[in-house]
Amino acid sequence: MGALKTRKHVRFWLNDKLVELGDLSPTQNLLDFLRLQSGLRGTKEGCAEGDCGACTVLVGRLSGDDLVYEAVNACIRFTASLDGCHVVSIEHLRGEGGKLHPVQEAMVALHGSQCGFCSPGIVMSLYALWMSQPNADQKTVERVLQGNLCRCTGYVPIVKAARRALENGGQSADPLVNERTQMLEKLFALHDGARVEINSEAGRFILPANVDDLAQIFLDKPDATLVAGATDVGLWVTKFMRDLGTVVFTGHLGELHTILEGDEGVTFGAGVTFSEFWPLVHARFEDMGGFWGRIGGEQVRNMGTIGGNIANGSPIGDTPPALIALGAAITLRKGDKRRFMALADYFIAYGKQDRSPGEFVESISIPYLSREDQFGVFKISKRRDEDISTLCGAFRLRLDGANRVKEIVIAFGGMAGIPKRASNVEMALKGMEWNEETIALGMAAFEDDFTPMGDVRGSAAYRMLSARNLLKRFYLKTQGDLHELTRGAL
Amino acid sequence: MSLTDKFKVIHSSHVHESAEKHVCGSAVYIDDMVEPARTCHAYLGLSEVAHAKIVRLDLKRVVDAKGVICVLSANDIAGPNDVSPTGLNDEPVFATGVVQFWGQPIFAVVAETREEARRAAKLAIVEYDPLPAVLDIESATKAGGKLVTKPLTLKRGGLKKAMKNAPLRLSGEMKIGGQDHFYLEGQIAFAIPGEDEDVEVYSSTQHPSEVQHMVAHALDVPNNAVTVKVRRMGGGFGGKETQANLFAVVAAVAAKKLNRAVKIRPDRDDDMIATGKRHDFKVTYEVGFDETGKIHGVDAQFAARCGFSADLSGPVTDRALFHADNSYFYPAVKLQSVPLKTNTVSNTAFRGFGGPQGIVASERIIEEIAFALNKDPLEVRKVNFYGPQTGDVTPYHQQVSDNIIHRLVDELETSSNYGQRRQDIIKFNKSSSLFKRGIAMTPVKFGISFTATWYNQAGALIHIYQDGSVHLNHGGTEMGQGLNLKVAQVVADEFGLPLSAIKITETATDKVPNTSATAASSGSDLNGMAAQDGCRQIKDRLEVFARELSGDSSATVMFENGQVTIGSTQYAFGDFVKQAYMARVQLSASGFYKTPDIHWDREKGQGRPFFYFAYGASVCEVIIDTLTGEYRVERVDILHDVGKSLNPAIDIGQIEGGFIQGMGWVTSEELFWDDKGQLKSHAPSTYKIPLASDVPEVFNVALAQWSTNPERTIRRSKAVGEPPLMLAASVVEALSMAVASVADYKTCPCLDTPVTPERVLMAVTDLQNPDI
Repeated sequence: MGALKTRKHVRFWLNDKLVELGDLSPTQNLLDFLRLQSGLRGTKEGCAEGDCGACTVLVGRLSGDDLVYEAVNACIRFTASLDGCHVVSIEHLRGEGGKLHPVQEAMVALHGSQCGFCSPGIVMSLYALWMSQPNADQKTVERVLQGNLCRCTGYVPIVKAARRALENGGQSADPLVNERTQMLEKLFALHDGARVEINSEAGRFILPANVDDLAQIFLDKPDATLVAGATDVGLWVTKFMRDLGTVVFTGHLGELHTILEGDEGVTFGAGVTFSEFWPLVHARFEDMGGFWGRIGGEQVRNMGTIGGNIANGSPIGDTPPALIALGAAITLRKGDKRRFMALADYFIAYGKQDRSPGEFVESISIPYLSREDQFGVFKISKRRDEDISTLCGAFRLRLDGANRVKEIVIAFGGMAGIPKRASNVEMALKGMEWNEETIALGMAAFEDDFTPMGDVRGSAAYRMLSARNLLKRFYLKTQGDLHELTRGAL
Repeated sequence: MSLTDKFKVIHSSHVHESAEKHVCGSAVYIDDMVEPARTCHAYLGLSEVAHAKIVRLDLKRVVDAKGVICVLSANDIAGPNDVSPTGLNDEPVFATGVVQFWGQPIFAVVAETREEARRAAKLAIVEYDPLPAVLDIESATKAGGKLVTKPLTLKRGGLKKAMKNAPLRLSGEMKIGGQDHFYLEGQIAFAIPGEDEDVEVYSSTQHPSEVQHMVAHALDVPNNAVTVKVRRMGGGFGGKETQANLFAVVAAVAAKKLNRAVKIRPDRDDDMIATGKRHDFKVTYEVGFDETGKIHGVDAQFAARCGFSADLSGPVTDRALFHADNSYFYPAVKLQSVPLKTNTVSNTAFRGFGGPQGIVASERIIEEIAFALNKDPLEVRKVNFYGPQTGDVTPYHQQVSDNIIHRLVDELETSSNYGQRRQDIIKFNKSSSLFKRGIAMTPVKFGISFTATWYNQAGALIHIYQDGSVHLNHGGTEMGQGLNLKVAQVVADEFGLPLSAIKITETATDKVPNTSATAASSGSDLNGMAAQDGCRQIKDRLEVFARELSGDSSATVMFENGQVTIGSTQYAFGDFVKQAYMARVQLSASGFYKTPDIHWDREKGQGRPFFYFAYGASVCEVIIDTLTGEYRVERVDILHDVGKSLNPAIDIGQIEGGFIQGMGWVTSEELFWDDKGQLKSHAPSTYKIPLASDVPEVFNVALAQWSTNPERTIRRSKAVGEPPLMLAASVVEALSMAVASVADYKTCPCLDTPVTPERVLMAVTDLQNPDI
């Protein structure tokens, strides 16, 4: 560690300017940095919790040798975490002589704005789509807009504008496309392999140089707050004004973004975002496809990490039920020591996980489904997309040659203080013939496993009733029946 | 754009005047304005109990916090500590002695930065002595039914006799949920002190004049010391009709106290907790009818949770009654409002203003009759529509003289293929056990005018400068609805100018005084007419001058295509105006308009409160999952009446947006208070407005092209802001049909709203297991 360089400032590109910040609070969010410090007031605050998208900006970051631009919520993005990135705000879109960007042009022509307050964020979300997926279909447009609320238009003209902008193309003339090589070089130049450490009156934060450095820092400062995508921790600051103490950022660590596809399964770093994992979902876990598109909104999927979703121990985190059912395991690291455990064992009780001070989730492994495995994961929420689970059930089934249940794993979120296996239900099903009578037995066992709570998302009775019914839905899925409503399914 | 397009400004689609600024982030909202030096920031301290005596309020820690300049409480308000819009003196700026709801402002703190003020506001020590809290309609009724304002009764015909003689009767009740406005730009005010008693307040308000009055009262200064301005809001929907008052008062009081500019902007959670929403209602009804479905009499009570103060609950609950007939003739009727006082935030205006609750309830009555008779509800609707055969007098004794509901409904029935689709759905439901579909068609008839008759007036200020450019100002406010554009279209058309020649300027109480709220869908009706009046005054003078100029006292003068034509001579508009200036013609005018022919006697419950009605109808098709209650709105067809549209694109935008907002209200937008009276759905994470992916996959929206306003409104157009929201009543009934299919449509599921997936599943389960 002795040779490690330490830098005392954070630096990133903001539109066409290099920004260097030495005196920076660990919890300064990008939105306030843009609006209050930089005088860029095109980006709006609508909710300060990453749900409305009025503050959407693009962040370009190095991913291996590539530069990827993603839409993120500036309200819950800590400025310190932007070291080595390129931040693009709405003010950067107009071309020479004030010419509107093709996305802006379409939004104007098709009446995509009424009050206009959500418009800059919507334009940025559509810009990211237009740049990265020029052939996107209607469903994709709707998916990338999940994280943008509009209260005026009913979205019809916005979706039309997106389609029009995609049809019109013009990507090759876009500065972020045709100046990519130059920006890539500029960002490489910022990546000096140094640890960034800032102590100011406003607090202390560290961007470790690498994962070993992170392990050492966290061993030395086990009270520090680890921040990956900040989609949860961001709210501790914007909503609860919590003091985070020393903050250690991990989102920039390339090693935590690696994905290794082995023969038996996939192992990936805890910093892999939901968006980064998406290709794997398509390639290996197709049954999770519909579900994956319902985790947060696009901005949250671009920021949030699977490791963070696990580590925070929430009883309503989206991925744990699915990952438990898939038989996922995690690697916890403390200093140089590592230990492995089944994900299900990590969650002990509400607010309590099997993680000692200084220890962090380093990687996650998911075995591939075998040919005999059948899998389903179903999320229920008040609003279909970009909502927190009322409950979520995941199922993995293996039958023997006689149509009997050889193995079944059922895990639920939203039904207890932790993501929890339905072991009594599993027991009721094991060894039984896989048919409707058996499902009825299984449904009757739910009360032995769960006593859910009622809250803003749903009553206890609704949770219990629909949890049971999800077992039935899974059964129908295994029978090849149409089992779930999706947009345009019928 | 061709030359003729350029000058075809009226009755044609133009993009929002600020569209380009919106999409570039260069449209300036109040929080985006450049602040004067030493601007400081206020933040509210809110109560954390629903009803209690304040035993101790210790602000020492607040005062001592970093960056804090001062705290404000009721003692700092020189005038009355009150922002009640109807003068009932029941809504303090800062609670004193007693807090009446969870989230009520008790004090404000002013600090150098917003962050510091926000943090400091949390440091107050408040000790409470709890009082019994009445949180909802049931408990308020049980506790004696204390009212916040005088209730209204509408009656006509001999109800008792009609009910007694009706061959069939049924009764029921429906709970209708509230709704948060969720304007994307939250409440904000920014006050800049001036000399003497003066203060200038930028307020995100639909009602600058009321803010002006409130600030003047609070500061105990004359109205002329206070100027209120707003260029645009990031959405209003009624949530900034009265709710902006308190923020403006706090900013102004602080600004005068400190002689510094002061801004106040609550964060989203505090905004949702501390400001009023759409009223939730419990409607109890009895209806007498016959085998054809024809209604003989309706007796209904509309109990509303109004919150701790009256705010606009009087007129809101009145309007619920005004729309409890929707499009149907009730031969005998009695409707009563029960505006209940509760220990919750004071509910307020929201797009439709009680009308939606009235309409949803009336549609439930129709639906219940249809179930009782095993008929298609559309059939029951048709036999009850206002008309020459049925009758055309409303429960408030106004004659419906502009009725077009029959034609609208017939056309939509055909274009949506309603009948065939309904048969197909019934067939589908027979063969599909898991998924069930429903379809429904509901009409809307919405009364246009403020029921507070004096509100139906407006002013405008028009200047023409020497280069021929036009400055337009009027009393309405722009919240996204395109009002400024529509009024500019009127002005451009009057002068024969392109839209680009008209400069739209911020609403300001020192330009047009004594304005009404931009509300009740009235914006373009009132301000468009006022602006037209201003234009015509100037045109009259210009015409006199033109004839003098030409020496022909009978010359025709025309303002067209950027030219002024006098007989056979043409001048460019700018050149002509310059000559008029040189000849000392006054090139400025203030226009005025008041809606004619309306009157309303609330005591008697009789009059003509509405100048005219706007109509519409929608057909909605849904599919539900009977295992989980999840559903999708698959297809919606709308035919809507905007008279002769000033701007079809803007009007379509209002219809699409209004419908989706209404759909949110009846589906996923659920307000949830815990048993202590704390609102738990106070941010977009917990309060779910529709997303792009919730929009029906097939969404056909059309204007009734043939419609024109028989009344002399601005260019024979009709108001469009509120009516489309109520088209979403069809969503409730379509869901109801899908649910009812699990028990062969024998029982009306009587779904309350919002019809969340939970409500659907519970209703399905109840119907499947009637004995449990």
